[in-house]
Amino acid sequence: MNNLNILIVGVGGQGTLLASRLLGNVAMKRGYDVKVSEVHGMSQRGGSVVTYVKMGKKVYSPIIEKGEADILLAFERLEALRWIEYLKKDGTLILNDQRIDPMPVITGKAEYPEGIIEKLTAAGVNIKSIDALSIARDCGNIKAVNIVLIGLLAKTTEIGIDVWLKALEEVVPQKFLDVNRKAFNAGYQFNVKK
Amino acid sequence: MKKLMLGNEAAARGAYEAGVKVATAYPGTPSTEITECIAKYYDEIYSEWSPNEKVALEVAIGASVAGARSICSMKHVGLNVAADPLYTVSYTGVNGGLVIMVADDPGMHSSQNEQDSRFYARASKVPMLEPADSSECKDFVKAAFELSEKFDCPVIVRLTTRIAHSQSIVELGERSDDELKPYVKDPSKYVMMPAMARGRHLAVEKRMAELRKFAEETDLNKIEWGSKEIGVITSGISYQYAREAFGDVSYLKLGMVYPLPANLIREFASKVDKLYVIEELDPFFEDQIRELGIKVIGKGILPVTGEYSVSLLRQRIFGMECKNKFDVDLETPPRPPVMCPGCPHRGTFHVLKKLKLTVTGDIGCYTLGALPPSEAMDTCVCMGASVGMAHGMEKARGKEFSRKTVAVLGDSTFIHSGITGLIDIVYNKGCSTVIILDNSITGMTGHQHNPTTGFTIKGEPTKQVDLELLAKAVGIERVRIADPFDLKEFEKVVKEETEADEPSVIIAQRPCALLKQVRYEGPQMINDNCRKCRSCLRIGCPAIVDKGERIEINSALCVGCKLCTKVCSFNAIEKAGDKNE
Repeated sequence: MNNLNILIVGVGGQGTLLASRLLGNVAMKRGYDVKVSEVHGMSQRGGSVVTYVKMGKKVYSPIIEKGEADILLAFERLEALRWIEYLKKDGTLILNDQRIDPMPVITGKAEYPEGIIEKLTAAGVNIKSIDALSIARDCGNIKAVNIVLIGLLAKTTEIGIDVWLKALEEVVPQKFLDVNRKAFNAGYQFNVKK
Repeated sequence: MKKLMLGNEAAARGAYEAGVKVATAYPGTPSTEITECIAKYYDEIYSEWSPNEKVALEVAIGASVAGARSICSMKHVGLNVAADPLYTVSYTGVNGGLVIMVADDPGMHSSQNEQDSRFYARASKVPMLEPADSSECKDFVKAAFELSEKFDCPVIVRLTTRIAHSQSIVELGERSDDELKPYVKDPSKYVMMPAMARGRHLAVEKRMAELRKFAEETDLNKIEWGSKEIGVITSGISYQYAREAFGDVSYLKLGMVYPLPANLIREFASKVDKLYVIEELDPFFEDQIRELGIKVIGKGILPVTGEYSVSLLRQRIFGMECKNKFDVDLETPPRPPVMCPGCPHRGTFHVLKKLKLTVTGDIGCYTLGALPPSEAMDTCVCMGASVGMAHGMEKARGKEFSRKTVAVLGDSTFIHSGITGLIDIVYNKGCSTVIILDNSITGMTGHQHNPTTGFTIKGEPTKQVDLELLAKAVGIERVRIADPFDLKEFEKVVKEETEADEPSVIIAQRPCALLKQVRYEGPQMINDNCRKCRSCLRIGCPAIVDKGERIEINSALCVGCKLCTKVCSFNAIEKAGDKNE
């Protein structure tokens, strides 16, 4: 396999860390070298957060550079826009179609950009957009948003579903396993509209 | 067994495998998880959150002198606090091995400066190691203990944010023998008064000469030969960036970053056509290499500020720009960190802003009070500085100015180093008002216990510092306890205390909304009574959103703290029904 670079972006508190733990576990299972990098502390407080996951034969820098992500997994629209430069031109954007206003928008100092998905599509970005929040709610827990998204992401990789499900078992606490399995499958089987 | 581990987690594992018996720390990003992991996974090791880094290091020194291997962890600025014992434990040396973990924060992801801790190694004459991934974090901590005992000195292991907070694969090993070394009373070694210290300083200089020799031979420093057209001297995370940016050239990877192996560097330099030094922050290697008379390329083209990256190196060294990326022309508003929904500090800063006070601030989540929309903080320098600075402002501008000034700091920060400032105010007849934001936890670093919470690092109940009694004991006669979510009462208390002609302490008591035991009633909603006066938006809660035609509360974010209901004059906010959840 060529190196696989996945950039996970979102808003502090959205559960991006669990997603990266799961991806790290999957990489280990496949026998890849892997590095997962995230920043803790100040920026986690409702700020823009990013996690880098790199796997392959040998990984040096834990950080993904602009134009190097194979997959950009965005938990929020504005964050997808903020980090789009990091996606390769032939990469895939997996987008949770959700809007969370940043403070400058709340206080009226800035405007939330309109038509993000349209602009990205016009620029030629391959987008797989999903309302993971509603799907997670239907599965029984809105906190499973991250697992719905991972399900959709899993489908775009060449790694088999059994590896993912095994990793899920190891990363998620037993009592939440059922709802998370359901969420994963919902994401995996989701039909992206073109 | 192989495991994916954070650098910090791997360092903790290294301490475990090295047979460490005592681990101390004050939490500080990006170092916190080292001691957190020790407390969580390794019951064989005694661990503690100390009140500050100075105490943490002193406890570790005591444990070392008593014969145990001990480890003390902190962030870069924490080493400033612990610098006093550091410089002298360099003289006394150790009994059981002593390792100091220090985590620098290039790029200042969560810090007030980006000082380069490597200078501490040089200044205190203590060897320093720097790992480049999690596997090395574990191995280097173990090597540091060997080194510490072999050379009778503390050893510093330096991490940076990207090493501390990146996960990579680690091969786990067994715990080694953790027998205590015999304790032997030896005043000539451990009592540092002039007559003894003079002797020890000679020992330190002799040790430095031996360490320089060791640096030449150790496999902590490695040469990886590739094309000899280019040679790169580097260490830590910079090594990883350089590997990707330069590819198949020759590398001298320094695992021991102080003292440097002069001969090895000379030999490496002589065999390559062009020599680069790649190091984040200050030209620590570069200056020393230039002193050897070797020509290098480094800070002439690379910055001394911020983090490095593969792209930065490609661009500055090879003039390469990334072309394979999207360019989308759309204004992207920033998303700065904010106080969480339900944060008790929101009430405090709402009042301080309303009263237009000068606010000397401090280090913690509440530093966010300096950002919009509250913008109610004037200064932030270091842990505990708010208290001394408020006093200094009063002494500079007089009592009238002091009546419009308050110091704010958290419970943990107050214990760390605010209490000494408060004693100063009382002793030197100040009349400042100090607000202790008591949220029952050390918040910013991710919920660590501290002496005011009543629990140890292991979650065991312990004696709790009574902040009210403590303030009274140092001579503060006006101590008030107030709830920052009771806006009217809180405002009244702040007014009364700032106007008082003597020093006072206000304990703003309300727990962090992220604590498990804090249960608010759940999401609120805005009803038809709303007149769009926007008062609720002014408290700066990320859950309250202006949708243009109406103001809405985001039910996924709102915890139901109801602070917004207290600023609404039209009774327009109520608990959301099922259909809105």
